[in-house]
Amino acid sequence: MKIHEYQARQIFRNYGIPVPDDVLCYTVNEVENAARELNCLTVIKAQVLAGGRGKAGGVKLARNVDEAISAAKQILGMNIKGLTVEKVLVTKAANIEKEFYVGFVNDRNSKSVTLMASAEGGVEIEEVAKNAPDKIIKFPVNAQTGLLDFQARDIALSLFGDIKQAQKAASILTKLYKLYIETDSTLAEINPLILTPDGDVLAIDGKMNFDDNALYRQPKILAMREPDEDEQKEIAAHEKGLSYIKLDGNIGCMVNGAGLAMATMDMIKLYGGSPANFLDIGGSSNPQKVIDAMNILLSDKNVKAVMINIFGGITRCDDVARGLIKALEIIMTDVPIVVRLSGTNAEEGLALLKQTGLPTVGSMSEAAKKAIELSKK
Amino acid sequence: MSILVNKDTKLVVQGITGRDGKFHTGRMKAYGTNVVAGVSPGKEGETVEGVPVFNSVENAVKATEANTSIIFVPAAFAADAILEASYAGIKLVIAISEGVPVLDMIKVTPILKQNGTMLIGPNCPGLITPGQSLVGILPAMIFKEGPIGFISRSGTLTYEVVNQLTLNDFGQTTCVGIGGDPVAGLYFIDLLERFENDPDTKAVVLIGEIGGDAEEQAARFIAEKMTKPVVAFIAGQTAPPGKRMGHAGAIISSGSGTATEKIVAFNAAGVPVAKEPAEIPELLRKKLEEVK
Repeated sequence: MKIHEYQARQIFRNYGIPVPDDVLCYTVNEVENAARELNCLTVIKAQVLAGGRGKAGGVKLARNVDEAISAAKQILGMNIKGLTVEKVLVTKAANIEKEFYVGFVNDRNSKSVTLMASAEGGVEIEEVAKNAPDKIIKFPVNAQTGLLDFQARDIALSLFGDIKQAQKAASILTKLYKLYIETDSTLAEINPLILTPDGDVLAIDGKMNFDDNALYRQPKILAMREPDEDEQKEIAAHEKGLSYIKLDGNIGCMVNGAGLAMATMDMIKLYGGSPANFLDIGGSSNPQKVIDAMNILLSDKNVKAVMINIFGGITRCDDVARGLIKALEIIMTDVPIVVRLSGTNAEEGLALLKQTGLPTVGSMSEAAKKAIELSKK
Repeated sequence: MSILVNKDTKLVVQGITGRDGKFHTGRMKAYGTNVVAGVSPGKEGETVEGVPVFNSVENAVKATEANTSIIFVPAAFAADAILEASYAGIKLVIAISEGVPVLDMIKVTPILKQNGTMLIGPNCPGLITPGQSLVGILPAMIFKEGPIGFISRSGTLTYEVVNQLTLNDFGQTTCVGIGGDPVAGLYFIDLLERFENDPDTKAVVLIGEIGGDAEEQAARFIAEKMTKPVVAFIAGQTAPPGKRMGHAGAIISSGSGTATEKIVAFNAAGVPVAKEPAEIPELLRKKLEEVK
C-alpha cells in the first residue's frame, strides 16, 4: 500500500522527524489562504501516488501569494501519469545548503531491513544506484539489535562530515528506523534530507510504502488508504479472495495461482493476443469465487473473449465448473469463453461443462490460441 | 536418492486441527508420508486422521522423534509457529501459510540460522520426493519417480510443468516449491547445490518469475559451480512494471527484476529458457543428449 507525501510527512512528525510546516489544499482558494498564513517563500506540490512529480510540472516555487495562486491553478486538475491532481501541499520552502538521500527497504538478499544513504540526494536514487553505485551506503540492520545509535552516527558522519550535523541526522535515522518497524513499512525514504545554511537538518520530501500482508495489524495506516479507480477494483477483488490487476488487452483471463496466471498472460502475448487482466482465483474450491471472478472480468468492456485456465491441486475442477455454470446463468453474456481444466477432478468438471456447450480444450496453448481466434470474431 | 525429504522423514503437522491441516494430513498419509504427530494447543490427547495431537512441538518431538514440520496456521501466527519448531530442534520446516508479514520473516531468519533450522516458504506448496514422501499440498498424481530435480517459485505453474515432464517420461527426484514471498527460506542456490550433490539427479528444471534477482544469482551459481544441465522458465514476461502479480515478491520495480534480465542471465550461463511450459521437455531432452 502506498500513501501520499503529505501523509508520510505527518507520520514523520509524529515520530519527531523535523519537517517544514505545510497545509493540504483542495482548491485555489485554500492555497491562497495557506500562502497568506505561511507568509513566506512556499512550494506548491501535487499530491498524487506517482513518482516524477517535479519533472511533470507538479511542483512549483512561489515567492508570494499571487504566484502561489497561479501555481495552484496550473497544478490542480493536471494529469500526472494518468492520475488527476485533486490536492496540493503548500509548504514552507527551505534554504538548501546540501541534499542527501536516506531510506530503509526490505532487502531480499540479506533478508534484512537495509539502510540506504547517499550524499547525492534530491535525484532519483535508482539513477545514482545505476550510474554511481559506490556513492550509496548500504547497511543491513541486524534484526535482533535494531539500528544502534553508534551505527546511525557513523553512517551520518560519513555523509555530513561534521559531528554536530551528523548527530542531528543520526537521530533522524533512528527515528525513521523505529517508524519503519512499527508501521510494517516496505519503504520509508527521505529524499531529500537537507542541510540548511544554519546547520539544521530537515526532511523536505518523503515516500512510504507498507506491507499489504501486515495491514491487519496496522489500522492507522489502513485508514490512510486513498485508492484510485483501478485500485478500488483491485481491493474489491481482494476482499473476495481474488487477486486482480487490470491491463490494456482484450482477452480476459481467469486462472488459479499467480505463477500460472502470469504464464497464461505470457502465452496469450506469445501467440499474438493481448491479455485484459491478471486474475488469480487462488487455491480454494468455492464456486462463489468463480462467479465473482466472472463478474469482475466481464465488467471490463474491452474484453472480447475469456480464457479460463485451471490446473487443479487443492482447487477442484468440478467446483470451478459448477461455479462457472452458475455464473453463466446469472450473468447473461455473449462474450465467448474457452475453458481448459486439468488436474484434480478434471474429468468430472469437463463432463459438467458438456451440457453448457462451452468450448473446452486439453492444453494451455490450445486454450490461448482458441481465445485469440474468438477475440477476433 | 533425493533431497530434503525421503522415507526417513518423520513429519509433525502444526495446525493439524484446522480445515487445511486436517485435509492435507489425510492426503499426505494416503501418499505414504510418515506423519507422526500433530500440534494444536489445547487439543493434546485427540487424534486427527489417526495422528496423535500434542499441545506443543516440543511434546510432539519428545514423544515421536519428529524431524520435519509442516505449518498450516494462519499467517498472523506463522512466524511464532516456525520459531516453535526451530527451538524444539526440528531441522526442516515447511511453511505453507500465505500472507505472512515480511518483517516477521526478517525477525525469524537470524534465529533459524543460529539454531541450524532450514525453512522452505512461507507461501509455498511444499515439496515431494515421488514414491517416498509428500510434505505439502501438491497434487500427488502428477508426479513420478525419475532423474529430474525441480525448483519453482510458483504453485500451480509447478503442476503445469511437472505434468508436462511426467507425460514426457521425465520423472523427478524431488520437486520443491520455494514460495513467492520476497523474504523466504531456502532459495534457488541452496537447492541447486543440493541437486548438484544428489547422485540420482541428472538435470534440474528451474521455474522463476519476475521480481528480485534470485534468478540472476542462480544463473551465476550454475555457470560457476554446476556440472548438471539446467533448463528454466520465467513467468511474467508480459507483466507491467510497478504491479504486483499476486505473489508478494512478483513485482518489477524501477526497471529491475524484469523477465528479460533474467533470461539474458540464464542464457549467458548456458541455461536455455523455454518460451512456454510445453517447450521444457524438449529443451531438457536436448540438454541431456549434449551431456552424453
